[in-house]
Amino acid sequence: MPSLLQLDQTTIRFGGLTAVSELDLQIGRNELVGLIGPNGAGKTTAFNLITGVYQPTSGEVAFDGKSIVGSKPYHITARGIARTFQNIRLFPSLTVFDNVRAVFHLHLRGDVRHALWRGKGYHAEEKSIADRVMELLEIFQLGKFRDEAAKSLSYGDQRRLEIVRALAAKPKLLLLDEPAAGMNATEKVELTRLIQFIKDKFQISILLVEHDMKVVMGICERIVVLDYGIKIAEGKPEEVRANPKVIAAYLGE
Amino acid sequence: MNFRHAKTFLLGAIALGFLASLAANQINPYWLFIFYDIGIGIVMAVSLNLINGYTGQFSLGHAGFMAVGAYTSAVITNQFGELNFFVANGIFAVSLYAGGLAAALAGLLVGIPTLRLRGDYLAIVTLGFGEIIRVILQNMEKVGGARGLSVNHGYTNLFWTFGLAAVTVYVVASLVNSTYGRGFIAVHDDEVAAEAMGINTTKYKVTAFVVGSFFAGIAGGLYAHSKQFLTPGGFGFMQSITFVVMVILGGMGNSVGVILAAILLTLLPEGLRMLSGIEHLPGFSAERPLGWIGDTRMIIYSLLLIALMLTRPQGLFSFRRKRN
Repeated sequence: MPSLLQLDQTTIRFGGLTAVSELDLQIGRNELVGLIGPNGAGKTTAFNLITGVYQPTSGEVAFDGKSIVGSKPYHITARGIARTFQNIRLFPSLTVFDNVRAVFHLHLRGDVRHALWRGKGYHAEEKSIADRVMELLEIFQLGKFRDEAAKSLSYGDQRRLEIVRALAAKPKLLLLDEPAAGMNATEKVELTRLIQFIKDKFQISILLVEHDMKVVMGICERIVVLDYGIKIAEGKPEEVRANPKVIAAYLGE
Repeated sequence: MNFRHAKTFLLGAIALGFLASLAANQINPYWLFIFYDIGIGIVMAVSLNLINGYTGQFSLGHAGFMAVGAYTSAVITNQFGELNFFVANGIFAVSLYAGGLAAALAGLLVGIPTLRLRGDYLAIVTLGFGEIIRVILQNMEKVGGARGLSVNHGYTNLFWTFGLAAVTVYVVASLVNSTYGRGFIAVHDDEVAAEAMGINTTKYKVTAFVVGSFFAGIAGGLYAHSKQFLTPGGFGFMQSITFVVMVILGGMGNSVGVILAAILLTLLPEGLRMLSGIEHLPGFSAERPLGWIGDTRMIIYSLLLIALMLTRPQGLFSFRRKRN
């Protein structure tokens, strides 16, 4: 079986700067992979290549057996890749409920005319969406905030809501961009548990970009290390930890 | 806004408009025309609210789309002489629809290339578009050019104005309250995140623009058959600003507030005019003691706007927004 996500010699240049160079990356089904590297290593750029925000200068990005190079971000999301952002990007003026509901338009059967006619089919569909949204919110203990504006939630809750929102797209691959940023030690422990839980419960693959070594080492099955846009190591957490190149990149020689 | 009984509201409003139009000959014509202006103002403000309020784009050319609709429908009805009641209203309906479609087409043409712009840039482009329409009309001899176009039939009545105002409110509210329509507000809140959540932001923006323009065109048709005289100057930049003010004053993305603002801003100049026309006031010896209001009417209007914006920047009628 081919891997779910496959990057083949993917390169992106901005003018004279090669931000990501000939990156090979595979993510299998229901696998949890970590992508780490020092500041400016190209982790978020790699993320943006996968989600279609940037187009690669050369190389290939394939998802579920098909190339996604040239697809718009919203197409890629519809195909089954959903993401969160390093600096939380919820829809601040929408409620918690509506933040998740807005994503459900991907699964709508009817189109605009349904919304205008407001017939039986429309109400039934809206009801079933509402149920599914609440189900998701309840899984992550956010149900009690359903009518709060998203911006009024605490930082940790906003992070969780962002993950719920991404899950509402029913992704096969979830990309988490530095989810532990700005969290304290206890929150980080909770987060690792949450990520593990998501992987088991929804049976999806996760690519985790993270700065915090503890979080990554703790849960990832495989780790890819980037430095200056080049993959310098790949392997099990303990292998990567012992790799002299990685130590050099993080601590300097 | 709880919008569960949307259809009941729609049918009720249309029925009310119908009953009111039966009693129209009991109403002082001066007030009748103010009511028309209110209805037209509601159509314009609510449709602009979809673009500027809910979707967060900034259009300054709404009067331009109104002009397209006004001239289109006027040219259509001017082809006909006196007709019996049913045929006349049928033709009027067709002409309004055609005016709306023409404006929607204009919206599509302007929207596709420009909606990749954001904020101030979009505002400038739409402003430019509005002026282009005005100048084109001014130089089109077929529709009277700068001399204006007289509209032969005064078909606009309470049924059409308030019925269509209700339809506008219904369509905009149904759209934004649906799961599909939460996308408009998502685009308003964060375009990058919306795109990442599978929302085709360009399509949403163009949809908002086209639907908004369609209703602006319909409002134009109502305006044409109420005033019965059109000049390109009547659809200038200042007219667009008036509608933007209604949206901001009502609270961006708040349909009820915007409706109230449209009513208030239509009545306010008339109210001030009336105050200045009062002949005697107890305690004042001079005749027409408030006559100065007449001369400074627009200054007072502007000052009121400044005061309102300073004290309630979130919009006059914007309270904590409730969600269904």
